[in-house]
Amino acid sequence: MPEKFDAIVVGAGPAGTACAYELAKAGVKVLLLERGEYPGSKNVMGGVLYRQMMEDIIPDFHKEAPIERPIVEQRFMMMDKTSAVTFSYKGMEWAQEPYNNFTVLRAKFDQWFAQKAVELGTLLICETVALECIVQNGKVVGVSTDRPDGDLYADVVVLADGVNSLLAKSLGFHKEFRPDEVALATMEILKLDKKIIEDRFNLEEGQGCTIELFGDATKGILGTGFLYTNKDTLSLGVGTLLSGLIKHKIKPYELLEYVKNHPMIRPYVQGAEPQEYLAHLIPEGGYRSMPKVAGDGVLVVGDAAQLVNAIHREGSNLAMTSGRLAAETIIAARERGDYSEQALDAYRQKLMDSFVGQDMKKYKDATHHFDKFPQYFEQYIPMMNRAASKMLTVDGTPKREKQKQIWREIGPAKEKFKIARDVYRAWKVMK
Amino acid sequence: MSETQAAPAKAATIEEKQYLLRFNADTQSHLHVMDPQVCLTSCPDKICTIFCPAEVYKWEDIRMHVGYEGCHECGSCRIGCPHQNIKWVYPKGGHGIVFRLG
Repeated sequence: MPEKFDAIVVGAGPAGTACAYELAKAGVKVLLLERGEYPGSKNVMGGVLYRQMMEDIIPDFHKEAPIERPIVEQRFMMMDKTSAVTFSYKGMEWAQEPYNNFTVLRAKFDQWFAQKAVELGTLLICETVALECIVQNGKVVGVSTDRPDGDLYADVVVLADGVNSLLAKSLGFHKEFRPDEVALATMEILKLDKKIIEDRFNLEEGQGCTIELFGDATKGILGTGFLYTNKDTLSLGVGTLLSGLIKHKIKPYELLEYVKNHPMIRPYVQGAEPQEYLAHLIPEGGYRSMPKVAGDGVLVVGDAAQLVNAIHREGSNLAMTSGRLAAETIIAARERGDYSEQALDAYRQKLMDSFVGQDMKKYKDATHHFDKFPQYFEQYIPMMNRAASKMLTVDGTPKREKQKQIWREIGPAKEKFKIARDVYRAWKVMK
Repeated sequence: MSETQAAPAKAATIEEKQYLLRFNADTQSHLHVMDPQVCLTSCPDKICTIFCPAEVYKWEDIRMHVGYEGCHECGSCRIGCPHQNIKWVYPKGGHGIVFRLG
């Protein structure tokens, strides 16, 4: 008779580990499965980890976790081919406790986090792929794995298997994703001296900065680039909808190289030594792409449940919160001995009542809107750059004349009306 | 010309980028083109050879070469193949790409 667990969690990313941690803390006998050599070895993230949701699980984690830098400034660059209009917020309240967010390197952070779950009693087994959910009488009772005699049984299985979400798909919780529901992100980790990073990004010692890149960073395709500061490396990446790469026939690593050599980016990364190149999908279908998240004996968390707020580049915090809420639900179900879909559906309700569900709903049309109307990235960002250039270039032209020129360049009244309509539409999908 | 423009970017090509990585390749592929005839006759763009971030797919005259050893296991080919002609599973436990940092 194979060993039976109270709970099996598939995937030791932020969602799965958060869930296992909370379950182990409550004395639940939990098995955490990871297909990689170690937790984090298959995981990729731009690098921003939000403090609050992590502290909901481990208070004061930043004092011992392998974090890179607390972020004190967030810049937003609206790029054209040889120019950029940049917005920024920098605040010293972010340079001290309680902090807002930190950059992390996932291979390091995920190992640390999983170790914390192990210390509480989680059994972590790496190098093991969960192949299928074992279903008996319509109820998930375990998973089959690629180990010899690899069938494992539990009262409840938590699917935290990431963006590809193969297990939830095989249960019929969602269909295969479309290329416009996922973004393909590529990233390079670039080694650079600490002091040089601080000089280039205008930072005090140990502080960090993030820059989000819009417009020409993705050659006008829907997506964003990013440049984040780690301790002694930079994370430079670019992500676009897979459908955009297909439509425009663009090689993702060539787009990354284009960003790296862009005149607005090159001065930041010049001389930095590439350490690693990484590619990963990001679920960007939003609320409308969310699968069923609770069934008989099974819950779905994190990227596997498509929990990403693409507009605010949030994902790991949604993942951790979903893992924590799944654990709460399982602990309550365990007390009653009822793991039916009806009982576990409390997880869906908790999720939708939390900021996770609220934000997923708030932006449910955003990605789709900007995908359908490419003019925001293709036309309006270059227009913004031309206007700034004209207005700020001193060449003897009276300012009123410059304003008139900018106004004329936008085009006839019809064009202006179109822009006004697009501004209204953007406000509507973001409000 | 300024010094900034003269300095060539490092790891500029996909081959050089892939050299930065550690792989523990299995002896068997986890990626399979289900019907090679579809690539040959029904897929003029062979778009997987463009969007795959690791250049795993290369068209060789009449057949698709699948360099699974360099796969990042992202899933793009499974989702992006216009003919749903790629069978995609995870490599055996402990195999495939091993990220050290990001």
